[in-house]
Amino acid sequence: MQYFGWLGNVLRGDLGYSTSNSEPVVQAILERLPATLLLMGSSITLSLLVGVGFGLFAAIKPYSIQDYIITTLAFFGQSMPVFWLALMMQLAFAVAGITAFGYHFALPSAGISSSDEFDLGDRIQHLVLPCLVLSFLSIATWSRFMRSSMLEVIKTDYMRTATAKGLSRSAVILRHGLKNALIPVVTIVALSAPGLVGGAVVTETIFAWPGMGRLFFNALGQFDFPLLMGYLVLISFLVVLFNLIADISYAWLDPRVKYD
Amino acid sequence: MASTTVPASLVGALDDDVRIERHRTWKRFRRHRLAIAGAVVLVAIALIAIFAKFLAPADPNYIDQVHWQGYPLAPGVAGHILGTDENGRDLLSRLMFGAQISLTVALSAVFMEIVIGTVLGAISGYYGGLVDYWIMRLTDVFLSIPLLPLLLVLTAIVSATSNKAALSFGVIVVIIGLTSWPSTARLVRGSFLSLREKEFAEAARAIGNRDGRIIFRHLLPNAVAPIIVQATLDVAGVIVLESTLSFLGFGIQPPTASWGNMLQDALTPDARNAPWLILTPGLLIVTTLLGFSLLGDGLQVVLDRAIAQEPGGAADEHPSVIASPLTYEPG
Repeated sequence: MQYFGWLGNVLRGDLGYSTSNSEPVVQAILERLPATLLLMGSSITLSLLVGVGFGLFAAIKPYSIQDYIITTLAFFGQSMPVFWLALMMQLAFAVAGITAFGYHFALPSAGISSSDEFDLGDRIQHLVLPCLVLSFLSIATWSRFMRSSMLEVIKTDYMRTATAKGLSRSAVILRHGLKNALIPVVTIVALSAPGLVGGAVVTETIFAWPGMGRLFFNALGQFDFPLLMGYLVLISFLVVLFNLIADISYAWLDPRVKYD
Repeated sequence: MASTTVPASLVGALDDDVRIERHRTWKRFRRHRLAIAGAVVLVAIALIAIFAKFLAPADPNYIDQVHWQGYPLAPGVAGHILGTDENGRDLLSRLMFGAQISLTVALSAVFMEIVIGTVLGAISGYYGGLVDYWIMRLTDVFLSIPLLPLLLVLTAIVSATSNKAALSFGVIVVIIGLTSWPSTARLVRGSFLSLREKEFAEAARAIGNRDGRIIFRHLLPNAVAPIIVQATLDVAGVIVLESTLSFLGFGIQPPTASWGNMLQDALTPDARNAPWLILTPGLLIVTTLLGFSLLGDGLQVVLDRAIAQEPGGAADEHPSVIASPLTYEPG
């Protein structure tokens, strides 16, 4: 019965109050949203550019050296637990630092800024490590996805037609091939988006990034169940929403797909 | 079954066919060098884990009070091949016993997940209709909640109702097993939807077999290949999940060593000056995961071609299922 009361409140947009600092759950989550969006936005952009690029590069010459190098890297990327990668990056670039050209340079290992005043350079320095760590897995997965999708496309008749028309190789690959190969990639990106909006629990915790993931982890330590439930509700809602978006964009990008 | 009379010679010929096909599959597997490499690495790690008791130089929880002076001992010092952790416990021994825990958790959880997923998926695909509808809605519910946060909340509930020590080995296995089956159920359902329409299924029904027998004796053996591939990849997925949970403090509890909680120990300020504490457990995890990915990938190609040689089967030159659905989540 208590559950149905809670459910009714959720439908009215009221997720209750956090038990650890008696703040409304909705407010607590919204406060953390900008930091998470900044981290996720930059991570998605980076992974898309690099992942699609790598996949494409590997697919134009399948079973060549470049293909093997990229595929091997992707394999390693998929086998790297995020928390270990984060620890290693912290150790290498923040604790040890890089010494080059007589300068010693170390990236900040934690937080979102050094002082309360906003400074773009400082913000970017703080962003680099968590963003790289987060992008690693997506780059690995998306590049393999892109590769197999592009290999499918290259075999098709319309690609042969485009070549037969006398178009240059780059025009065939980029104008005709890339467009069609990207369709399944759009879906997988849309499907991974909610997890990214929900914040990366592990990465944000290790790098002390004040986003939703760390909010969730702190709530976990204090058994703040209203906040935890609110987080799960929100993130599940996003999963359903993005599934819908993926389906719609699929039909929109590929007119051959029809839904009843 | 015995009531139908089949000439003995025909039975023999069928058996030979099966044996030849198995032989071919095995030969293809042996040619797939990366999969072999993965299998060899896994066997080595498994052997070390099984015989940790005899191979380990010391007890994993024994504190070397003679040499340890409050900070981690470096590799090679005082007979500790990989050094000690910040509590003066032999690192190599902890790694070996950690392998035992991490692998057992992963294998048990995947076994549980595969059993639940296969049974529900088979029922769903075989009967169709309302049963199918409700089982699939249940998988929808599970699949709409990202796995890692869900697991964390469940472990938090367990530790809030009693205490963290309640997060024993068995509890972790059950929690992971109960939440990760939906993708398997979907996979099996897909196979069963097409298998139940095949002639041999029709024939099995016609000679009056019970549903249970048709599902498990006639249809399931034909759906096993993709299940094996998924199980292999899922073991890698569960190793990541377990080590992440343990790393965050909501998995296997210290002093029991698991690869994940060893990395948590390595976060103390002392350990910052002892990179080997972070390096070694992580490298072991990466090696194990690579082994499972290579093996799973190879199995997929090999078994796929075995299916492709049947009439009506289709080969996929570039398999698109490339990772366990369990791992596909940003951390």
